[in-house]
Amino acid sequence: MLSVLLIVIAAIFFTGIIIRTKSLASGRKGPGILQPVRDVVRLFRKGVVYSETTSFVFQIAPTIYFASVVMAMLVVPFGQSRGVLSFNGDFIFFAYVLALGKFFSIIAAMDTGSSFEGMGASREALYSMFAEPAFFILMGSLALLSGHTSFQEIFSALHIGSQISYALAALATFVLLMIAMIESSRMPIDDPKTHLELTMIHEVMILDNSGFDLGLIFTAGYLKFAIYGALIVNLFIGVIPYEYAIPSFFAIQFALAVAIGIIESFMARFRMSHNPQFIVALTSVSLLIFFGVLLILQKFM
Amino acid sequence: MNLVIAFVMVPFAGMLLIPFLKVNAKGIMTFALLLINALLSGYFAIQSLLGEAMIFTLPGSYITGLIPIRIDALSGWFMLIINLIFVTGGFYALFYMKAYREQRNNLTLHSISFLIQHAAMISICVIQNSLAFLIAWEIMAIASFLVIIFDHEHIATIKAGINYLIQAHFSILFLMLGFIWVASKTGSYDFQAITSYTASIPGSASLMLFIFFFIGFAIKAGFVPFHTWLPYAHPAAPSHVSGIMSGVIIKIGIFGILRMLLVVKTDFISVGYIILLISTISGLYGVMLAIVQHNLKKLLAYHSIENIGIIGMGIGLGCVGVGTGNQVLATLGFAGALLHTLNHALFKSLLFYAAGNVYQATHTMDIERLGGIIKKMPQTAFLFLIAAIAICGIPPFNGFVSEFIIYTGFYKWLSDTTLVSLIAAIFAIMGLVLIGGLALLCFTKAFGVVFLGTERSPLPDSCREVPFLQLLPMYLLAAIIILIGLFPIAFINLLGKPVSLLTGTIALPLDAFQLNAFSALQPISRASWLLVLLIAGIYAIRKFALSHRKIETGTTWGCGYIAPTSKIQYTAGSFVRTYSKLFAPFLLIGKHEEEVHGIFPAEAKYHTHPYDKLEKWLIDSPLKMDKLFMGRFVFLNNGKLQMYILYGVLFILAVMSIPILYQTMQSFIEFLNHL
Repeated sequence: MLSVLLIVIAAIFFTGIIIRTKSLASGRKGPGILQPVRDVVRLFRKGVVYSETTSFVFQIAPTIYFASVVMAMLVVPFGQSRGVLSFNGDFIFFAYVLALGKFFSIIAAMDTGSSFEGMGASREALYSMFAEPAFFILMGSLALLSGHTSFQEIFSALHIGSQISYALAALATFVLLMIAMIESSRMPIDDPKTHLELTMIHEVMILDNSGFDLGLIFTAGYLKFAIYGALIVNLFIGVIPYEYAIPSFFAIQFALAVAIGIIESFMARFRMSHNPQFIVALTSVSLLIFFGVLLILQKFM
Repeated sequence: MNLVIAFVMVPFAGMLLIPFLKVNAKGIMTFALLLINALLSGYFAIQSLLGEAMIFTLPGSYITGLIPIRIDALSGWFMLIINLIFVTGGFYALFYMKAYREQRNNLTLHSISFLIQHAAMISICVIQNSLAFLIAWEIMAIASFLVIIFDHEHIATIKAGINYLIQAHFSILFLMLGFIWVASKTGSYDFQAITSYTASIPGSASLMLFIFFFIGFAIKAGFVPFHTWLPYAHPAAPSHVSGIMSGVIIKIGIFGILRMLLVVKTDFISVGYIILLISTISGLYGVMLAIVQHNLKKLLAYHSIENIGIIGMGIGLGCVGVGTGNQVLATLGFAGALLHTLNHALFKSLLFYAAGNVYQATHTMDIERLGGIIKKMPQTAFLFLIAAIAICGIPPFNGFVSEFIIYTGFYKWLSDTTLVSLIAAIFAIMGLVLIGGLALLCFTKAFGVVFLGTERSPLPDSCREVPFLQLLPMYLLAAIIILIGLFPIAFINLLGKPVSLLTGTIALPLDAFQLNAFSALQPISRASWLLVLLIAGIYAIRKFALSHRKIETGTTWGCGYIAPTSKIQYTAGSFVRTYSKLFAPFLLIGKHEEEVHGIFPAEAKYHTHPYDKLEKWLIDSPLKMDKLFMGRFVFLNNGKLQMYILYGVLFILAVMSIPILYQTMQSFIEFLNHL
């Protein structure tokens, strides 16, 4: 339960901090940190406009997308405390329930009959497919290292001690961070602030959503960030008592948000055609982690 | 015993009755007889699945010897699947075939073949005499051929049918070689002779024997590279037959492999690795080609190859588990494979029936010409959507449960000690994840392009929802899909017997099946419920919130362009364009392009024809060589009757001279030895 509470709190501020960082980096004052939340609240109060091309799929998709992200959130643990749902292989459920949301957001985009949204849908399907192996191999490596197969057991059994394990932790953080970026459609894969529909991925898929539905999609996006942030935090806090773990949770989430803001301020998005290569490289990094784990366990003898 | 005879008599009754009935009555009679047979065999199946295995012995003949009929839990499981799919398919066919009611004789043949096909498949599950087994196998192959070529006025259908027939006989060839091998050594056709024989010979020989059987059954199951008949036969057949083929005929290949695992005593570890490798390749290759198909049924056919791959991965894992004595791996692997067999039968036949509805309404399967069908056929679209989500292995439906079990198996394998198994496990996991991701791409494409958006070419006026009774079997399948997703434990318990048969633990009690490895299924079921409730809850809130708000409709946002046409939509080809560029080395896509020229350009065209690279290498090129070689002897085929008689005489002479030649050779060798 604790993890859900923490993730929700982190989600409230996360996107605001990114936007604030970007404003400061570009020399503007920028909106308040709570502005994204205010936007969502306003959206929840608005009416909706549906395209006449769309069907029931378009109407139910944001709900399912949001529900899938909430379900994924329920699985994530916090250090010693389990997630609301915790069982052997829960990370498989985590990835697949997110895939449910993705499935619906893709077909909802196809439902509008717009060429732009079809383009976004195609990219989303392709990129998320490439990102998944990295996640599964990473979890496989951690499962091998810790001898467990659920999020909470894996994370609480991780001991970062030797030099190799420092390197592995750094790589794992990198992989998780990049997966978070891909899943939440941020730089360097996707640029949420681009003005041209042709170069968007996630933003273009939701062009026709409005009102309550758009609010749900935004909220799900904020939550997704905090969920992946929480996973990264979990890599490190393992057995640390709560009085240190909770502040470090927020510290790491804050650092993450600032880092994303800075990356997005000073970096350009990759060329679309280079994205798959980059994402496949991520799989290689996770394989590297796997072989590192084999090294630690001295399997090469 | 009497029931067994009754079972055999039912198709005969069909043969005698159906030709004399009116068109409507033909269908109803076929379905009624099918139902009788399904109930008969279903009774045995449930007995064997819940109670004890049953053994009957038919007297057979002088040639075959006694024909033992053993109905064990494995047979029972497959018989239930076959019955379920045949009954729903038969009911669906009652309405689907209405469009063909003019072709009376054709329908008669089709109905009778359909009945015989069902009877032959059930027999295959229970017969344990290799000669009788081969006969049943042959009957099934021919009956399937006849049901596939129903629409034989089209040349493509006949071609696909003959392609199937030839490859089916390659399968029989390999099985025959295997069975003859054993029979020539032991003099018995009983499957038990195979067990005792393989236990007595060295491991490499029994492995070889197993590989013979494996190839024979793999052709039927559609493992890569033995899959090339499948993408032709499925689209050519009428939709209920496609559903049955994909749902159960290819599963009979899986059944064969599992049966052979039971009777052939061999080195399970090597077998496990071989099956695992072939399955992973099948899974990946199947879905990779499925994505680029433009024909909806062909797309689904390639997807069957993918799912056979997933089932095979479970079997491979199970074999490794049995070989290394790891009960958990064996249980998880076989349970996942068997459950996925059922699951795939459910969602794939549902998908084919939905595709059949679309075909019935639009008369095309080219997905580039479809679109927006959800508005004309909302129920079909809804059913297709359920099956599409299930086939991608996404919760809360059944595909997730079986894939989850196989995943858990692979992650459990990671606690193994040897380096080889660890690396095999991680690559298998990677394969499974990629398959899942590619399936998502494939089915978002299929569903999105066929059902969503607006129509890409004018649909006929007759395009409307099919009658409710035709949808009824589809709703039944969808209900089972959802039930397995929400109550996996109940179905896993049913699997207790067949799995313990395969894992080798005798009489594992059902509640012991809740072993540690399965402890996750309870929370999975809970999580699925939670997910469903969450969606319902949020949807209710949304509904409530929107009840006071203004709901408008407008055109789709087109960046300010206000007169969009349906041609602006993203097509299936463009949806997967980035993908097909990335995977170009594995694909073979012919392009036909006419670019625009000049100031006032005329029409421009762009066609792609996906083709199977392996088919080109393994089937087309050898055939071409063969033709080239055989072409040299075409002068023999000169059409003169006298010459043909001469050939006959020469052949008989040649056959007669073999013993003489043999003796001469022998004496010559002896002579050499004396020197």
